[in-house]
Amino acid sequence: METVSLTINGKKIVTEKGKKVLWAALENGIFIPHLCSAGENSLPFGGCRLCFVEIEGKKEPVTSCTEEVTDGMVVNTRTESVLRLVRMGFELIMSRHPIICKECPANKKCALQDISREMGFKLKPKKLPQILPDLPVDDSHSLFTYNPNLCVLCGLCVYICNEIVKEAILDFNFRGFITKIGTFQNRTLAESKCNSCLKCVEACPVGALSKK
Amino acid sequence: MMERTVSERFEELKKNALKDFPGMYGKKGITIYVGTATCGRSAGSLEVLSSFEDILKTLNIEARIVQVGCHGHCYAEPMAVVSKPGWPPIMYGYLTPNRAQILIKRFFNEEDPALEWALGAMEENDMVPTVYETPRWFREQRWLLKNCGCIDPEDINHYIAVGGYEGLTCALKIEPLEIIEEIKKAGLRGLGGAGFETWKKWDICRDTPLFPKYLICNADEGDPGAFMDRTILESDPHSIIEGMIIAGYAIGAESGYIYVRKEYPQAVSVLTTAVCQARELGLLGKNILDSKISFDIKINQGAGAFVCGEETALIASIEGKRGMPKPRPPYPANRGLLGKPTLINNVKTLASIPKILAYGAEKVSSVGMEGCMGTAVFALAGKIKNAGLVEIPFGTTLREIIFDIGGGVPSRIKVSNVAGELPKTIKKQFKAVQIGGPSGGCLPESLLDTPVCFDTIVDTGAIMGSGGMVVMDEDNCAVETARYFLEFTQKESCGKCTFCRIGTKHMLNILADITRGAGIMEDIDLLEELAETIKQGSLCNLGKTSPNPILTTLCYFREEYEAHILDKRCPSLECKDLIAYYIMPEKCQRACDACVGSCPTEAIYTRRDRLKAIDQEKCVKCANCMDACPAQYDAVIKISPISQLPESEPRDDDGQKK
Repeated sequence: METVSLTINGKKIVTEKGKKVLWAALENGIFIPHLCSAGENSLPFGGCRLCFVEIEGKKEPVTSCTEEVTDGMVVNTRTESVLRLVRMGFELIMSRHPIICKECPANKKCALQDISREMGFKLKPKKLPQILPDLPVDDSHSLFTYNPNLCVLCGLCVYICNEIVKEAILDFNFRGFITKIGTFQNRTLAESKCNSCLKCVEACPVGALSKK
Repeated sequence: MMERTVSERFEELKKNALKDFPGMYGKKGITIYVGTATCGRSAGSLEVLSSFEDILKTLNIEARIVQVGCHGHCYAEPMAVVSKPGWPPIMYGYLTPNRAQILIKRFFNEEDPALEWALGAMEENDMVPTVYETPRWFREQRWLLKNCGCIDPEDINHYIAVGGYEGLTCALKIEPLEIIEEIKKAGLRGLGGAGFETWKKWDICRDTPLFPKYLICNADEGDPGAFMDRTILESDPHSIIEGMIIAGYAIGAESGYIYVRKEYPQAVSVLTTAVCQARELGLLGKNILDSKISFDIKINQGAGAFVCGEETALIASIEGKRGMPKPRPPYPANRGLLGKPTLINNVKTLASIPKILAYGAEKVSSVGMEGCMGTAVFALAGKIKNAGLVEIPFGTTLREIIFDIGGGVPSRIKVSNVAGELPKTIKKQFKAVQIGGPSGGCLPESLLDTPVCFDTIVDTGAIMGSGGMVVMDEDNCAVETARYFLEFTQKESCGKCTFCRIGTKHMLNILADITRGAGIMEDIDLLEELAETIKQGSLCNLGKTSPNPILTTLCYFREEYEAHILDKRCPSLECKDLIAYYIMPEKCQRACDACVGSCPTEAIYTRRDRLKAIDQEKCVKCANCMDACPAQYDAVIKISPISQLPESEPRDDDGQKK
């Protein structure tokens, strides 16, 4: 195995060549917020825009899920410019996410709660008003519920359904702010050809897809 | 050996093409060229065309009618060029079916060319002044648009007859690397907006050791107010096809795609014909012009998503997936369509290629400015007299484009209702120009002396973009303009990344609040913070550039934002929630009822003194009364803020008011 050594937040790290900075950091106990990455063996999705880090020699923060480690690289995950972006990114996500943790099926195992705790961000957005969608909850499937109002559009379920299970039941529907995850022609899950593998439910980092 | 056969084969094609080509200049009898591209059609050129056909038949004149593309002079559509032996070819504009008939009758029965309808002659002569002497043509340097409007786009022989496919013949005689070298010498930069050096993209794609390679022509032009690509696609499709074959040969690709918007049906149809004709003549397919080179083109229609103009989203769309951008790198030139090296170039970039090969790189680089060689095509739209396409060398200033070529901002004409009285013209002031569509910026008069080039435009906060220029006058509100463009970007956001999907929605809501008079000063700071983070944090260029209209209007028209927020006043009197219509009693004419009839909501009533007034509760601010009020009174005005509205006078019959 070819290795490279780099520094993240002052900590010297030796890791496999070709790895992305995000995974090198996580393996070494350095938390970088992220929602949309399906693991280091998949291509980066780049949708959640939370895993920004600063790399010495680069003008602007970059997403760590897309940046490969190089020898002698110096990475910082908590600089002012990184925090400014990540804080705003998180605030944007939370401005469209109802804060009803107590009733939420993902309470205590929610990626948003994790980020809030690790980064010291409040769940409730400070600067932005909340714009909450009022979409119908799809309760048609016998094994799981889909609540699009809780969805953060990380795309993990779409990735699992299309690339891993290869069923292609779920995909992004519509455009702009009203983009949502849905089935072909926005039918209910019961009407779709879902094979009930529940892999999407396991992948969901929030409470949008939950077992009954 | 190959060299000779390519040239020989081409000469054969050219000889054949010239046989039937009428030429612009009437050497082969009477010819009438009618512009029937999309802009012409929407102005009624098909009716003009059939009117020409009818009258020629009635008068028994033997003439040939050729349907050509568009000259880019949209303001004067429908247009036609009449070429009659003994006369220079004359271009006519603003035609109607009736005028077409009268024109033919006068020209052919009375030898009177009806010069009052002529825009000018198309070549030097001693009878009629040429169009090239008019300001709209004088400063232009037509290079990319050279054939547009002069040839029948659905006849490949026309293109060959005017020198088409000569560039390809030259290219096939040299090595691919020499072609790339020639493009480098010409200094060609991506004309789709980014301005990346074309030769570099080609070189990277060529050097990537993966096969097969693909070539894509990006014809997904979606900016509001931009139509340069459409005109080239509809009027000179073979220049793109020829450019693609050369590019394919240079990078080693054998298949190409033209990704064109479905909303351009005319372009799709013209392109389909063009590709078929090129295939028939052996210019596409296996062994092009009997050489060892093979290349073919497939036309792919986009499903109407603006974001598909972004390279990676475009590739996803061709692959049959949802058009969503992917993180770069890997760049398409390394890993693009189906994971293979893919070269994506804009329509205008590809259309430049044949000319560079045919005329030499020096010819291109002889115009323009340092770092930006050649010409740029802009689409002038909005509040401008001579709307349409303009092709100018890089380095021309915005002022020259908008005022000298475009003719500046048109005045408003108000008609009087008194017989014989002349209409009143109300002069309007130039306010700003939005360059680069929704990703661009709004530049004020003080920046009009900026020379046009990729780098100088970026310094102002706008972007060159694909070349849309929307001109605004004093009646356009800067905040409303920013809101309009942001609404577009928000609707067209693919929804993938947080900043673009949710961030632009917040910015849009704030702007909407400000235009409604519900904004607070803190909103400006929040807008700025959102704009900066969205610019940095978004995944693709659609998101990254979406705050540009806000940032530039905040920079150049900040006082308008403040007026909306602090005084609840729209300085341009455009934002409906902040204005009220008012009839000035001192100007209103007692017996005139013009406004009353024009009001769709019956908001206008008669006061006790018989003058008219507006019931603000019923008024929907449609401006009909303002237009209806005859020029000699001109009594209706807009007032902002609404608090300055004088108290309303009671009605003629108080009892009716309730």
